[in-house]
Amino acid sequence: MSVSGSESGRGRVGLFVTCLADLFRPSVAWASVQLLEQAGFEVAVPDRQTCCGQPAYNAGDLPTARRVARGILDAFEPFDYVVAPSGSCAGMLRLHLGRLFVSEQETAARAEHLARRTHELTEFLVDVASWTGVAAEFPHRVTYHDSCSSLREMAVRDQPRALMAQVQGLELVELGDRDVCCGFGGTFCVKYPDISTKMVSDKTAAIAATGAETVLAGDLGCLLNIAGRLAREGRPVACRHVAEVLAGTTGTDPIVPVGP
Amino acid sequence: MMDGAAAARFPEASARALGDENLQAALRLLGEGFQARRTDAVERFAGFEDARDAAVAAKTRTLRNLDRHLETFEARCREHGGVVHWAETPADARQIVLELLTDRGVRALSKGKTMVAEEIGLNGFLEANGIEVIETDLGEYIIQLAEEAPSHIIVPAIHKTMPQVADLFRQHHDQAKAGSFPRRTPADLVAEARAVLRRRFLEADAGLTGANFLVAETGSSVIVTNEGNGDLTQTLPQLHIVLATIEKVVPTLADGAAILRVLARSATGQDMSAYTTVSTGPRRPSDVDGPAEYHVVLLDNGRSRLLGTPAEEVLRCIRCGACMNHCPVYGAVGGHAYGWVYPGPIGAALTPALLGVGAARHLPNASSLCGRCEEVCPMRIPLPKIFRYWREQEHAARLNSERMRLGLALWGWFAARPRLYRLATGVAMRVLSRLAGRSRRFRSLVLASGWTRSRDLPAPAGRTFLNSWKRRS
Ligand code: SF4
Repeated sequence: MSVSGSESGRGRVGLFVTCLADLFRPSVAWASVQLLEQAGFEVAVPDRQTCCGQPAYNAGDLPTARRVARGILDAFEPFDYVVAPSGSCAGMLRLHLGRLFVSEQETAARAEHLARRTHELTEFLVDVASWTGVAAEFPHRVTYHDSCSSLREMAVRDQPRALMAQVQGLELVELGDRDVCCGFGGTFCVKYPDISTKMVSDKTAAIAATGAETVLAGDLGCLLNIAGRLAREGRPVACRHVAEVLAGTTGTDPIVPVGP
Repeated sequence: MMDGAAAARFPEASARALGDENLQAALRLLGEGFQARRTDAVERFAGFEDARDAAVAAKTRTLRNLDRHLETFEARCREHGGVVHWAETPADARQIVLELLTDRGVRALSKGKTMVAEEIGLNGFLEANGIEVIETDLGEYIIQLAEEAPSHIIVPAIHKTMPQVADLFRQHHDQAKAGSFPRRTPADLVAEARAVLRRRFLEADAGLTGANFLVAETGSSVIVTNEGNGDLTQTLPQLHIVLATIEKVVPTLADGAAILRVLARSATGQDMSAYTTVSTGPRRPSDVDGPAEYHVVLLDNGRSRLLGTPAEEVLRCIRCGACMNHCPVYGAVGGHAYGWVYPGPIGAALTPALLGVGAARHLPNASSLCGRCEEVCPMRIPLPKIFRYWREQEHAARLNSERMRLGLALWGWFAARPRLYRLATGVAMRVLSRLAGRSRRFRSLVLASGWTRSRDLPAPAGRTFLNSWKRRS
C-alpha cells in the first residue's frame, strides 16, 4: 500500500478511486487526492482495489458481487474514512455491501463497519471535514447534473453546490430537470440502448437550454454518457467531474474535447 | 387480455413506442401534468410525510395478519347480507363472475374501472359468453372502442391524443346525432361520452366495480373516482359485484382514511378524489337505492405466495400511478410496451410475481435504478430493491443471456485479482487510448455498439490511475 506525503493529522482517508476514474479519467482521482490533502487528511490509495461490484450486483449475480466485495473489505479495513469521487460507488459501499453477506455474520459486521466510514467526495469535504478552503478559479457558466445515487442514496445535493460557490468566477445555472436520470444506469445503457438514448437526449436538450459552457457532475458514469451524447449531437458543451474544477486542475482536456 | 408473452417482447415493443409520434406527444404531458400537480399537492400539505408513514404502517400491519383480516372481512360482509367468493386463480374468478351473471339472466354488465378485471381478462371472457360489457369510466370506454388495453393504471387512455379520441367517437357514436357533438375541446368529448354513456348505464342489469380498499371491521368496499361513474355502476342495477385482490383489505375505516390521505395527492395531485363511495352489503329496507345483491370476489393469483419474500412489499401498493408518472422509462415508452396489465415501476415489480420471472424478465431489468419511483411512492415501496430481487431470481435460474453471464464471470474473475486486473486493464486502456487518436473518442466500437449507436465513447486517458500512482510513490 502506498501513502501520499501529507503533514496533517485529521485522519487517514482511503481513496476508493472507482473503476471508471481509474481506467478512463485518472485526473478525477488526482483531483480527489489533492482536495482531501488540502482539507488536511492523509490520503492512501490501497492498491488491492478494483471496482465496487455494481455491474454484478445490479445484474443479480450475487456470487460474483460477493467475490469482488470481499476484496474491498480487505483493502479498506485500516482507514478512518473511505472516500469515493462517485455517489454511485459510495452508495454501493454504504448501502448495499452488507446485503451481500446477510448469512455471514462476521463479514456482515465488517461491511457494516465499512458502510459507516464511507463517504462521497463532496459530502465528505462539506459535512465531515467542514472544509471551506476551495482555491480555484473557473470563469465559466456551468450547470450541474446530480447523479441519481448521489441524490437519492447519499443525500448529496447541497454539498457540491456549497463547494462550487467558492470557485472564483463560476456561474451555476440549474437544469430544468435536475432530479431526472440521464439514462446511464450502468449496464442499462447497453442493455436497453434505445430507451437510454431517449433519456440522455432529453438531458442534453435540458443542458443546452441552460446555455452552460460546461456540465459538471460528481459521477463519471453519467458524465461519460452525457459527454458521449453531446459529442454525437455536435453540441459544444464540455464535461468535467466537479473535483477537477474544485481542485483547479482544469488544464487537462474535458472528457471529450469540444470543437472540430 | 394481453397475454404474458407480450411482456417478453419488451425490447421490440419499446423500440416501436419510441418511434410513435402520437404516443410521444401524449407522454410529454406527464411532466407538466401529473408530476407538477403532485409536487404542488405535496407542498400544500405540510403533513404529507407523516401521512405517508401512517399509510405505510396501516398496510404493513394488515399484511402481517392478512388471513385474519380477510376472515373478519368475510364475516362482517355476511352479517350485512353480502356474499364473499374466494378465487385462487384468474380462471376461478372469471367463472364465479360468469355464474353470478348467467344464474340471474344478466345480458349487460356495467363496469367501473378495475385493473383486476384486466388482470383476469374479464371483458373478453364475458363477451365470448354472450354478455355485453359497458365500460363507464371514460378512459376505459375510449380504449374499449379502440379495442386496446389500458396503458396506465389510473389514466387507461393516456396514450391517446385528443384528435384520436375524436376520431373514435366519430366512428362509433350515432351518426344521426353527429351534428350535435362539436368535438373541438376535451370538454366537448367528455360531454359527448357522458351523453352516450348515461343512456347505457340504465340498460345494465348488473354492475361490477373494483375496490380501492376493503374494510375488515365493517365488511365494506370503498372506491374513489372523479367521474361518479362508480356510484351509478353499483347503485342502479340489481346486482353489484366487487372484484378485488386479497391485499386490498385493511383492518379499520381509519386505516382506509390513512390511505385516502395520500392516494389522490400522489395520483392526480388532488387533495381528495371527487367521489369516495363506501358500499356495505345490499340495499336495506330503509335505503333509498342500492342493489338487491352484493357479492365480493376475492382473488389471490399468486399474492399470498409473495408474503414473506423480499418482494412482499409490493403488496402495499395502492395503485396511485405516481411511480409511472415519474418514471423516465415509462415516460419514454408508455404502458403498452410492458406487455401486460401493470406498466411502469409497479408493473416491473409485480408482473414477475404474477407471470413468472421468465416471461417478465425484461421488466425489472429495463430500469436505470434511478429510484425516482421509490421517492414518490406514497407507500414507500422500495421498487429498485425489488427489481434487483427479480434480477437475482433470473440470474439464479439461468434465465438471463449466456453472454451476460459469461461477461460478468470473466469481469468478476479479474476484478477479484487486483494484480492481474491492473495488468490487463493497463494494456487495454493503453491500446484503446492509442486507437482513439486525436479526436479522443470512438464513433463506433464493435464491442460497445449499444453505446456507440447513439453516442460517442470518450477515450480513456491511456495510463490508468492506479498504475500512475504506484510510480509516484
Ligand atoms: S408502487 Fe407506489 S407509486 Fe406505484 S402505484 Fe403503487 S403505491 Fe403508487
